Amino acid sequence: MSAVTPDWRVERATATSRLAAVVAIVALIALAAAPAWAGRADMRLLSEIFTYLALACLWNLLAGFAGLVSVGQQAYVGFGGYMLFAFAILLGVNPLLTIPIAGILGALIAVPVAVLIFRLSGAYFAIGTWVMAEVFRLVFAQVSALGGGSGTSLPVAVVKDIAEGRDMREWIVYWAAFLLVVVVLGGTYWLLSTRRGLALAAIRDSEVASESLGVRIWRTKLMIYVVSAGATAMVGALIFLQKLRISPDAAFNVNDWTAYVIFITVIGGIGTIEGPIVGVIVFFLLRETLADLGSIYLMILGLVAIVVMLKAPRGLWGFVQDRFGIELFPVRRRIRYPLD
Amino acid sequence: MQWINAIVQGVLVGGLYALFAAGLSLIFGVMRLVNIAHGDLIVLAAFLALVVMQTLGLGALESLVVVIPLMALLGYVLQRGLLNLTLGSDILPPLLVTFGLSVIIQNGLLQVFTADSRRLNAGALEVATFNLAGIDIGVLPLVMFLAAVAVIGVLQFIFYRTALGRAFRATSDDADVARMMGLDNRHIFGLAMALSLAVVAIAGVFLAVRTNFDPASGPARLIFGFEAVIIGGLGNLWGTLAGGVILGVTQAIGAQINPGWQLLAGHLVFLLVLAFRPTGLFPRIAG
Amino acid sequence: MPEPILAVTELDAFYGDFQALFAVSVAVEPGEVLAMIGANGAGKSTFLKAVAGVIPAKREAIRFRGESIGGLSADRILKRGIALVPEGRRLFPSLSVEENLMIGGQLGRKGRWSLETVYALFPVLGERRNQASTSLSGGQQQMCAIGRALMANPDFILFDEISLGLAPVIIKDIYAALPGIVAGGAGAVIVEQDITRALSVATRVVCLQEGRVSLQGRPADLDRAAISAAYFGT
Ligand SMILES: Nc1ncnc2c1ncn2[C@@H]1O[C@H](COP(=O)(O)OP(=O)(O)O)[C@@H](O)[C@H]1O
Ligand SMILES: [Mg+2]
Repeated sequence: MSAVTPDWRVERATATSRLAAVVAIVALIALAAAPAWAGRADMRLLSEIFTYLALACLWNLLAGFAGLVSVGQQAYVGFGGYMLFAFAILLGVNPLLTIPIAGILGALIAVPVAVLIFRLSGAYFAIGTWVMAEVFRLVFAQVSALGGGSGTSLPVAVVKDIAEGRDMREWIVYWAAFLLVVVVLGGTYWLLSTRRGLALAAIRDSEVASESLGVRIWRTKLMIYVVSAGATAMVGALIFLQKLRISPDAAFNVNDWTAYVIFITVIGGIGTIEGPIVGVIVFFLLRETLADLGSIYLMILGLVAIVVMLKAPRGLWGFVQDRFGIELFPVRRRIRYPLD
Repeated sequence: MQWINAIVQGVLVGGLYALFAAGLSLIFGVMRLVNIAHGDLIVLAAFLALVVMQTLGLGALESLVVVIPLMALLGYVLQRGLLNLTLGSDILPPLLVTFGLSVIIQNGLLQVFTADSRRLNAGALEVATFNLAGIDIGVLPLVMFLAAVAVIGVLQFIFYRTALGRAFRATSDDADVARMMGLDNRHIFGLAMALSLAVVAIAGVFLAVRTNFDPASGPARLIFGFEAVIIGGLGNLWGTLAGGVILGVTQAIGAQINPGWQLLAGHLVFLLVLAFRPTGLFPRIAG
Repeated sequence: MPEPILAVTELDAFYGDFQALFAVSVAVEPGEVLAMIGANGAGKSTFLKAVAGVIPAKREAIRFRGESIGGLSADRILKRGIALVPEGRRLFPSLSVEENLMIGGQLGRKGRWSLETVYALFPVLGERRNQASTSLSGGQQQMCAIGRALMANPDFILFDEISLGLAPVIIKDIYAALPGIVAGGAGAVIVEQDITRALSVATRVVCLQEGRVSLQGRPADLDRAAISAAYFGT
C-alpha cells in the first residue's frame, strides 16, 4: 500500500480508497507491533495467515491476472523449504538469509520449468504444473543428506542462529512473515498498476488478443511465472522456518499449498487485488470454527468454491463490489484498458 | 532376463495407463474440458466396485456389470448438472470446478471409507501365470492389457464409425452449427462424459485389482493418464495406448535400476517428449 | 393473392445492446425466391440467423406456414422445415464430406434429398465422399454446405452469401443447380453480393440498409438507379 505511485493516486483515488489507505496503514502499524500486544499463539496464527495471504496473492497473480492456472505451486513452496534446510544445514548459512536465496533459486529453476510447461496449452498447463511438483517431490525424496523420503528437522544449533532467546526468535520469524506479505501485496499491486500489468489483464480477458501478440505476451507470462515462483519459494522457506521440520510429503503437499490457496482466492475473488485478503479472512474464520470436522471441512470448502465459481465468478469481493461499487485498491479498471 | 521381464510387465501396465488416459482424452477431444477430478473418479469407481462386491457378492470383474452403468450415469448427470455450466471461452471455471470436485471426492471417500488402503480380490485369476519363452506372464495383467486394447478399439470405432462419434466430432468442431442441425451440445457432452466415466469404471476396477488403493490414490492416476496422452499425442487414441506403454516400460526400467526412480523415470520421459516433441510422438494425422 | 409462406413482421434483432435490425418486414410467397441485397453490415446475415433461430427474435415476428416460430431454437425451426446455409460455409473440418452430409440429415425429415440425390446434384461430392471436408476447394465446400442443408429435406432454404469468394465458373455451376433445389421446395431466400445475379434468379428483391428495409419489389419493376440508391443510401 506504500507502493502506490503518486500519479495513480491522482487518477484513481476515491474517498473510499483513501479511507482504505488510512485503515490499511493503521492495520499495518498494529500488525508490525504485534509482539507488543499479541500472545505467542496469536502471533503464530497471524504468521500463518500472512503466509497463506502471500501464497493466495501470488496464485491470484498467476491465474487471475496472467491466465496461468497452476495446481502445482507446491513445487515452489517445497523447493523454498528445502533450500532453507539445504543452505542452513549443509552450508551453515543463517536461516534468515536462506529466504532470499530460496527466492532467487526458485526463480532460476522456474525458467526451464516454464519453458517446458508453457508448451502445454490452457487446461493441460495446469496438470503440467502438477507433474512438475511431483518431479520436485520425488527428486528431493532422493536426497539422503536432507533425510530422503522421511525428511529432517532443523538442528537446534541452526535455529539458534536466528536469535538466542526463544521470544526474540519468534518475533523475528513473525516480522519476516509480515515483511514478506507486505512486499508481496505491495509488489503485486505495483505490478498490476504498471502498463505491463494492464496488458497482462488483457491477456487473461481475451485469448484472441494473446494469439496476435505472441512473443511479447509469452515473455510477460514468463516473467510473471518466474517472479511468482521466486516469491512462492521465499514463502516456502518461511513456512518451514516456522515449522522447523520438513519432509517431501509435507513440503510438496497439494492440499496445503495449492488447494487451500485456490479456495481462498476463488472464494475471496479471483482477479481482484482485495480477493485474497477477503478470502484468507473467510478461510481462517471457517477453519477456526469447522476444523474439527476434518475431511468434511475440506468438502465444504470445495463445495463453496464451486458454488462461488458458478454463481459469483469474481468471488465475495466481486459480489460486494458489484453491490456497493466499492474499490479499495483500484487496479480493477484493468478490464476497461485497451491493450495499447 | 530380469530386464526383459521388467519390460514385459511395463508393457502390460501401460495398458492400464492407457485406460486412465482414454477417458481424459475423450472428453478433451469432444469439449476441450480437462477434468482434474478424473483420477479421483477412477478411485471412486474402485470403491464402488468394492461396495458392489460386498453387497451383491459379485467377483471383481463381474462387478463391472454394475459399476460401468452407474459411473456412466454419474457422468451424464455430472455433465448436465454441473460441468455444462462451466463451459465457455474462459478456462478457469472448468478447471477450478473439477479441482473442487477432486477435493470433494477425495475427502468424501476418506470420510466413508477411511484412509485404509484396499484391494479388490480377483480370486484365482490373480495368481495365475503362464510361461512364455522363459518369461512369467501373469494372466491378469495380460487380460487387462487386452481389455485396454479392446476398449481403445471400441472407442476408436465409436468415434470414427458411428453416428454418436460423428455427433461428438461435429459438436467439438462447431457447436453452434451442430446445434442448428439438431445436435443438442448439452446432451452430446453428457453422453461424452458418460462414455468417459464408463471407461473410468473399467480403469478403476482394474487398478483396484492390480494394486492397493486408498482415497488419495486419484491424483497419481490423473497424472499417469495425462502423461500417456501427451506422450502419445493429443487426439490420437492409439497414440495414447503407445504413450501408456512407453510410460509403463520407462517406469519399469527405472524401478529396475533403483526402486526410488520408478515414478521419476516416467516423469522424465514425459518431460523429454515435451522438450523435443511437444505435439507427442504420434500426433494425429489430419483426416 | 396466396397466403405468404414466410411472413416476417417488424423484426428487431440485437447483439447485446447493439440493435442490428429495425422493424424489418418481409413476406415470401409459396414458390418464390427472395433475393436479399445490401452493403456489408446491413443486417442480411442477421435476418437469416433470426429466421433460422440462431439468434433470438420475438415469437410473433416470424411466421412460417401460419405458425409463429420467432425465437424457437434452431433445431426446432429446422424440424419445421427451414434450413440455413450459413455464411462462410462452416463445414465440420474433422468430418468427411459424407459425414458432413449425414449430420445435416440427422433430424430425419423425409423428402426427396438423400446422399444419392445430393451426389446426383453435385457429382464431385460423390467422388470425394470419403475425403476430409477441408480438402475440398472453396466451391466444392459451398456445394457440400448446400448439400448438408438439403439433407434435412427443408421446405424452405436460406442461403447466405452463396457465391462469396468463388471463381465465376463455380458460381455458374451453383446457380445452375439452384432452380432444381428450389423447385421442389416452398421457397428460398438468397443473400447475394452480386446484384445482377441476384436479380436473375429472384422473383422478388429486398434491399437492407443499416438494419432497415430500404427497397422491396419485383426485379422487373426496379431500375438500377433505385437499387443503387437503396443499396448505398445515396
Ligand atoms: N456476433 C455479432 N456481435 C455483434 N455485432 C454483430 C455480430 N454479427 C454482426 N454484428 C453487427 O450487426 C450488423 C449487421 O451484421 P450482418 O447481419 O452480419 O451484416 P451483413 O450480413 O449484411 O453483412 C453489423 O453492424 C455487424 O457489425
Ligand atoms: Mg453477412
